[in-house]
Amino acid sequence: MSDTVLVDSDLAPPGSVVTLLRRNPLLAAAAALGLLLVLLALFAPLIAPHPADAGSATHPLDTFLPPSLHHLFGTDPVGRDMFSRVLYGTRISLAVAAVVIALSIVVGVPLGVAAGALGGVVDTVLMRITDIFLAFPALLLALAFASVLTPSVTNATIAISVTWWPWYARLARGQAASVAGRPFIASCRALGLSPARTLLRHVLPNSLTPIIVQASADVGGVILTAAALSFLGVGAQDPTPEWGLLVNQGQAYFTTQWWLVTFPGAAILLTALVFNLLGDGLRDVLDPRRVVGRA
Amino acid sequence: MKLALRELRIAFGGRVVVDIDAFGVDEQEIVGLVGESGSGKSMTALAVLGLAGAAGASLSGSITLDGRELVGLDERQLRDVRGRRIAAIFQSPLSSFSPVFRVGDVFVRALRLHGVPRGEATARAEHALREVLLEPDLLRRYPHQLSGGQAQRIAIALAVALRSEVLLADEPTSALDVTVQAEIIELLRMLRERERMSVLFISHDLAVVAQLCDRVAVMRAGRIVESGATRDVLRQPAEAYTRELLAAVPRIGAGRAA
Repeated sequence: MSDTVLVDSDLAPPGSVVTLLRRNPLLAAAAALGLLLVLLALFAPLIAPHPADAGSATHPLDTFLPPSLHHLFGTDPVGRDMFSRVLYGTRISLAVAAVVIALSIVVGVPLGVAAGALGGVVDTVLMRITDIFLAFPALLLALAFASVLTPSVTNATIAISVTWWPWYARLARGQAASVAGRPFIASCRALGLSPARTLLRHVLPNSLTPIIVQASADVGGVILTAAALSFLGVGAQDPTPEWGLLVNQGQAYFTTQWWLVTFPGAAILLTALVFNLLGDGLRDVLDPRRVVGRA
Repeated sequence: MKLALRELRIAFGGRVVVDIDAFGVDEQEIVGLVGESGSGKSMTALAVLGLAGAAGASLSGSITLDGRELVGLDERQLRDVRGRRIAAIFQSPLSSFSPVFRVGDVFVRALRLHGVPRGEATARAEHALREVLLEPDLLRRYPHQLSGGQAQRIAIALAVALRSEVLLADEPTSALDVTVQAEIIELLRMLRERERMSVLFISHDLAVVAQLCDRVAVMRAGRIVESGATRDVLRQPAEAYTRELLAAVPRIGAGRAA
């Protein structure tokens, strides 16, 4: 018997991350850039030429300097080094994204799995609640929440989280409902597992794949939303070097000092793009219905 | 009787789907339960596992295991019986395993759930795999790395490892090709001898039932219409329905198979 084993070597065997990345150059590039952004955020204090400029330092003699070797991204109206500020902005944006997505998963996934696997009244009640949240555009709802709170990065994070979790609940529900109907869940019951344990150890882990994809693709979305809130004045406040706020502050000078808007804007664009590509790449790899690699 | 059903009635709302006066499986006996789709075979198996209620059915009557009544036990007591004393294997062996766990993990978890210490669990799993004529290395595989026949053997090995006394086999060979089917049947026969297992074999495949079962019961619309020694029932069916079932089997007739 053992010599007739079917080992499908075209599916990536566990542990061959290198092979996986080699077959998906787009995913590899996105993962590398994503990692680079995380490293830049982590080591910002070491990389930034003028760390103090990320805060409220002022240099009255150096205002509005165009990009040069000394100030790569130029300086702002009070003489702060834009490169240092944009670099520190990476920290804020990635932290906001991480917190929003973590909160959304922690709140949304258990609710969604419970709704999908238990069905009935639980499902109806939970899904109608998420429907109420999903009825409004995420940005509009976040804007509404943020504007009743004191404007700050923390409160913007809370506002975005409140609008973000229903997507995860919805996604987890669909997946859990399909997993709960599969035969191995019946096997769990037949083996004497309690319903709670079946849910936690078998339905939940088998429902996570789309959550992982969604989470990585959402980093870009959260960063855009956070930047939008700051741009509109209900998020980060000066001197926080938040990208959206930097764009907002720079727009008054856009026609004469282009670098004030361009660099933070490019940072937003690049980060959102990288994480969207990462999400797309992961979906291609993790979704078994799509053919991976060589045709 | 090892497993005995008496006056068992299962209904969804007002609709009675199973109505069995008396049916049972003796120690070390293999009993076939045959009938067309929807005749109540699988529902009967679910009831024995105590899962009919979870499927939304109401149940009355008696199901006893070694004389102990199972109907009316609370969920905790039932979970102790399920898996440990009564095991079940199903039609699609590959999808009966959670894809995120290695086969070995499934064994260790199931054994620990029923109170076997961790150290002993691994040894028992390896022993059980040898018992169903598989290499213990298979415990390191994920379900997608198994063939259908291997997966079904492993499902049976799980029952061996748990030292189950009764095995409910719900169409265990229907999804397998004929050679693998024959191997599984041989394996069930062997386990009956070596592990002293009683088997309730649910199938619509009369050829397989003829090869394997000591006794057979024919179900139709929830009732047992005929039962007796396999040889007698399949050779001289008393009921018109049994004759119809036999006539529906492709040419390798019951006369030659039995």
